[in-house]
Amino acid sequence: MEQIRTVHYVNQFLGQIGGEDKAGIPPQVIEGPVGVGQLIQSVSAGRLDVVATLVCGDNYAAENLEQTEQWVLEQVRQREPALFLAGPAFASGRHGAACGTFSRAVQKKLGIPALTGMHPANPGVELARKDVYILETGASARDMQRAVSQIVALALKLVDRSPVGGPCDEGYIPRGIRKNVLVEQRGSRRAVDMLLKKLRGEPFITELPLPSFDRVPPADAIQDLSKAVIALVTDGGVVPIGNPDRIEAHNASKYCRYFFGDLGDLTGEKFQTVHGGYDPTYVNEDPDRVLPLDAARLLESEGAFAKLFDYFYSTVGNVTAVSSAAAFGREIGEALRREGVNGVILTST
Amino acid sequence: MVKEIERVGLPAVQITTIIPIALTVGANRVVPGIAIPHPTGKPGTEHEEEVHIRRALLNKALVALSTTIAGQTVFR
Repeated sequence: MEQIRTVHYVNQFLGQIGGEDKAGIPPQVIEGPVGVGQLIQSVSAGRLDVVATLVCGDNYAAENLEQTEQWVLEQVRQREPALFLAGPAFASGRHGAACGTFSRAVQKKLGIPALTGMHPANPGVELARKDVYILETGASARDMQRAVSQIVALALKLVDRSPVGGPCDEGYIPRGIRKNVLVEQRGSRRAVDMLLKKLRGEPFITELPLPSFDRVPPADAIQDLSKAVIALVTDGGVVPIGNPDRIEAHNASKYCRYFFGDLGDLTGEKFQTVHGGYDPTYVNEDPDRVLPLDAARLLESEGAFAKLFDYFYSTVGNVTAVSSAAAFGREIGEALRREGVNGVILTST
Repeated sequence: MVKEIERVGLPAVQITTIIPIALTVGANRVVPGIAIPHPTGKPGTEHEEEVHIRRALLNKALVALSTTIAGQTVFR
């Protein structure tokens, strides 16, 4: 049986190099499979041969996407594989952005089939779903076995050039591709059937889901900064030491607001981060590194704007449900507008 | 979050390092941050220098808030 040469891209976790403390590592090659790569080989009953594992730290990749993409392309080109796999990234945003970007690049620029896996809420999905197959996974690595099985099943079909079914059959995230198929009932009949089901309150499946382009037109700019009240908001998880309101480190269920008072500077003695998705060392040393109070006070005293709002809003943006983040944003925005704030600076890790 | 804040009519700028994600989720005003674990900090530099860098970054955010834009804009 001929084996299929495969190159596999993963972050530092799946590459078994380390956790958040290693998120800054530059890209490196490990010959042969690592961890998930071994699972990929065994699930494929030995058909897939992972000849190299490309590993890059989550922060390094996300901060240097274009540069790392060039490196990935070069490594893949040298090894002449028949298949490129990335992740799976589950709900990890940085890993998802990397897996999506590199899979798309390998497929488009080198013509090698590329697949990855992500949770539908991963921001990497929108980056790549139109170009590559992204198998739908759960939110965390607990779903590894099932996710890898699905990725491998579809990968083998692509390499073998077998027919690929629709998103529901194969388990990938819809790519927005329409395909003509022959069915027994003509369109008008199917449309009326759907309408009747809808009227009766029964479930039905549309043949053409409408895309939701949720874009907000830009708000009007501040006309006169010297009269403006500016508020600071962060999803970097800064809270008073001890986390009195118990904001969760992952998938936060709430945001909180805290009083700056006459504070001119944030210190690690009084504030900390409870974000579970990045190395907290730097922010715990000096929380201004994510919630820039000291610099805001400087600009305020120089008259760059009229006044810094007395409170800051904080939550943890780490694998947080999009619906929660949207609700937080809406409530925070409405509260700030009511209190006469004119502009918001939000910092994100 | 910034998108929803802008929806209520308040200009909002996001300082973040992963620009593609900010644009994908619909942020209108974006200023690139320094690094993921410290978007407004630069560990390893003198404190005074670090505050100076931070001040420059916030200044850029203020420019973003006071600039009329037609669509998503990254203020580099």
